[in-house]
Amino acid sequence: MQINEQNDFRPTVVAFCCNWCSYAGADLAGNNRLSYPADVKIIRVPCSCRVNPMFLLRAFGRGADGVILCGCHPGDCHYTTGNYFTRRRMTALFSMLSYLGIERQRMRVEWVSAAEGAKFAAVMKAFCETVRELGPSRRLEDLRCRK
Amino acid sequence: MQKVTQAQLVSRARQLLDDGTVSRVLGWRRGDFSYDVTPAVFSDTGALERDFVFDVFCCANLSKYLIREANNDSKGKTLIFLKPCDSYAFNALLTEHRFDREKVYAIGISCGGMMDVHTTNALSPDGITGAECEGDTLVLHTLYDGDRSYPLPDVLPERCRTCGHGHAADCDEWMACEKTEPDEHPARYSAVDTLETMTEEERFAFWQEAFSRCIRCNACRDVCPVCTCEKCVFDNPKSGLENKAAADLFEEQMFHIIRAYHVTGRCVDCGECSRVCPQRIPLHLLNRKMILDINRSWGAYTAGAEVGQRFPLVDYRTDDPEASVRADGRDDK
Repeated sequence: MQINEQNDFRPTVVAFCCNWCSYAGADLAGNNRLSYPADVKIIRVPCSCRVNPMFLLRAFGRGADGVILCGCHPGDCHYTTGNYFTRRRMTALFSMLSYLGIERQRMRVEWVSAAEGAKFAAVMKAFCETVRELGPSRRLEDLRCRK
Repeated sequence: MQKVTQAQLVSRARQLLDDGTVSRVLGWRRGDFSYDVTPAVFSDTGALERDFVFDVFCCANLSKYLIREANNDSKGKTLIFLKPCDSYAFNALLTEHRFDREKVYAIGISCGGMMDVHTTNALSPDGITGAECEGDTLVLHTLYDGDRSYPLPDVLPERCRTCGHGHAADCDEWMACEKTEPDEHPARYSAVDTLETMTEEERFAFWQEAFSRCIRCNACRDVCPVCTCEKCVFDNPKSGLENKAAADLFEEQMFHIIRAYHVTGRCVDCGECSRVCPQRIPLHLLNRKMILDINRSWGAYTAGAEVGQRFPLVDYRTDDPEASVRADGRDDK
């Protein structure tokens, strides 16, 4: 039997979720028995603004194939303005990484509210599929962390 | 091209030192070679008249030295000569309260472009024994090939050929110069544009080749006028990015991504990072890309154009474009 490597590839996706909206959204998805890929590893952060660009780089370095950052919708931040800063920071970071030749589709920012369990599941499903198609991430990988 | 002369600067600096207006002069002196000019501090007139140099090789940006020379503890004022590109760094440092304006006597001077050591060396493979500039002609004395002359505007480093800097600082005095608005050079972003039109693979290969030359000397960080944290992430042994030779590709990339990201929105595009890089990594292309994308995403912004600016990354508008929107409007295939 021929094993198609591309099809068997299961990506590692790191999702930074803000405590107040997206993490609750993930909870809601679970409560509603909505399934989304088990490849997603959720890291809870107090606010999407807590995510230092280093977190993303570290995640890629340690073997993540895609990183998604979820926060409250702009204007709904628990801390009033956190996600506006996130948006600017990530715009700059994504544009820099893309300029350095890192695949832009591997990183994403999505706004998911606590009421959007279905959106959370859909977003994760779509993002995992995109990353799976891209294959393993090699360009920001720290070889010392390879298992 | 250069309107101010060394003699003018020395005589004015001497006057200010003699009448006690300033107690130190920040300027330039000769390094190992006549075309290798390095920043220096002069506190007596003897040294000033003997060693002070101002010619076409005074490329070093002096603004960052004010952090050390013009703080709360320093006695008396420091005289600084600001070229147009230095004036943006001067304003950026002032915005971040990195030196005390009261302790500085600033003189704005004109500049017609400056040669750096690498660019000069690249002109002559035969060993340069001396160099001078008369008007618009650069003359190099070489070991085996006699004197060679070059038209200065053609051989200037890229940062000077594409310079669009005005003079942004509020100086105490002006010499052959005045406060002017920047005037964007049409070719400023042409190298960035070339990189943007490449595919992801080509860009990755380009930067990988460049970064793999990095020896982690940290010169780009040390010279950068806006890289002024007292405690730097790269010096923290727990960061995993501390000073050491690059262990693998990841570390090289991390260093350069983080360095460029830390100056995003604050970079004044003086080009010092590329100038001091012993490995000739075109670091300014990374910074310029970020300047360009800031302008595209959030509106025109010139770091250091005035004191008290709000940096784009610590600012926001409710209708900013989403992070998924590409600032350059291109699609990667």
